[in-house]
Amino acid sequence: MKTFLILGAGTAGTMVANKMSQHLDPMEWKIVVVDKDETHIYQPGLLFIPFDIYTREDVIKPRRDYLPRSVEFIRSDIELIEPGENRVRLTHEKRVINYDYLVIATGSRIAPAETDGLLDNGWHENVFDFYTLEGAVALSRFLKFWKGGRMVLNIAEMPIKCPVAPLEFLFLADWFFHERGMRDQVEITLATPLPGAFTRPRAAAILGDMLERKGIAVEAEFNIMEVDHEKNVIRSYDEREIPFDLLVTIPTNMGAEVIERSGMGNELAFVPTDNHTLQSKQWENVWVIGDAADVPTSKAGSVAHFMLDVVIENILRHMEGLKPLPKFDGHANCFIESGFDKGILIDFNYDVEPLPGKYPLPGLGPFSLLQESSVNHWGKMLFRWIYWNALLKGEELPFESQMSMAGKWS
Amino acid sequence: MSTQTATTILESLALDEEGFLLDPQTWTREIAQALAQAEGISELTEAHWKIIEFSRESATESGASPTLRQITKGTGISTKELFALFPKGPAKKVAKIAGVGKPEGCI
Repeated sequence: MKTFLILGAGTAGTMVANKMSQHLDPMEWKIVVVDKDETHIYQPGLLFIPFDIYTREDVIKPRRDYLPRSVEFIRSDIELIEPGENRVRLTHEKRVINYDYLVIATGSRIAPAETDGLLDNGWHENVFDFYTLEGAVALSRFLKFWKGGRMVLNIAEMPIKCPVAPLEFLFLADWFFHERGMRDQVEITLATPLPGAFTRPRAAAILGDMLERKGIAVEAEFNIMEVDHEKNVIRSYDEREIPFDLLVTIPTNMGAEVIERSGMGNELAFVPTDNHTLQSKQWENVWVIGDAADVPTSKAGSVAHFMLDVVIENILRHMEGLKPLPKFDGHANCFIESGFDKGILIDFNYDVEPLPGKYPLPGLGPFSLLQESSVNHWGKMLFRWIYWNALLKGEELPFESQMSMAGKWS
Repeated sequence: MSTQTATTILESLALDEEGFLLDPQTWTREIAQALAQAEGISELTEAHWKIIEFSRESATESGASPTLRQITKGTGISTKELFALFPKGPAKKVAKIAGVGKPEGCI
């Protein structure tokens, strides 16, 4: 019996397990999936929890329900990956798994300890993240009774998972405070290490204008050095200070600790991966999908989905002794919730920045690219259903893996 | 390097609108000194050179100019020190002086 081992049962790992079980002969292959816990979180939903649009229960389901029955699911931390030995050591019962193929889908995590003072007294009191379920729920409790003041959203360091989420958070906060009749009681500031609102120029200009129209201040090129709880300010390396009453932080994002422990990661514990084939740069039977890879595109579920077909095809080719094909183009698309039941859609890849236009989609679309519309908002809301019922199962979706220029104004 | 020498060198260089060397192949240590002066760094110390050299090696290897974290990890120089050596936006300044092209904003 040969072993196909998948580390991580999040969006990417679950999709790979589902797809691979359709391709591999169960008489010949055993598929094993390892994750440290049993709960699958619908991560795009975390954004909505602070504003009481979703609750905790709306975003969690048992991981097992989304994995094929034929797959062995092990709940355990991973002690060490030893790619030179084709072996993984688990903490649970000190189990050792020898593999023939390894897929790393261990994702990314927030690392607040990387910023001085971030985890001190204020953590989850007036300093919150919303990239974890605990953080999002704690923030929703805080906002319920908040009387207003200075809210600062700080991005510690790039790259981060879902780089549009901080902007969506700001747009939703503006809407939320309006709805509660307290927008004039809240000063909102975005403090970002980027030169503007977003990473790519045309989208940055448009999103920057939206922030301005909504009265949200931007403190650009702000590299946070520390959180000072005595003075309630965040301070940058160039000694700028921004006072806050509520600090919403996107801490440094890093790959899984086991990647670091196993010496397999770059300076942020992301795994060096071929940008186009998604094969590990170092080990030919190791493949990387989703946030865990160091490829220069967004860390997002849509990207993991676009990577899926490329990874599966290339692994199957490799099993037949064929060369992997360089088919992944960095394709990403994101619905950006912009508040007041509207949304924006952006679609881009390694080479093409987000452009305005229309995104054709049979049955649902077209969606407007880089401009607000309610259809985009409903697309985003509908996405939760698509995620649980089609995407995770690796079913065909009406989105091509490679980006298309159809409908875009270049 | 005198201000005059620096000005002469700068005038002979092909720079883009933000002051990045158009052709990184033409980089020399003298050019680095002139570019540093233009950025308000009057003298390049040993620590500056350590960072510049690391950045050039890193860029040759990966094809992109290094991030702050790559620089601090690769040189052992702290972020705080990095900001003192290359005040206000060290990632961009280092890239400019080391002639390795503008850092690509992450995605």
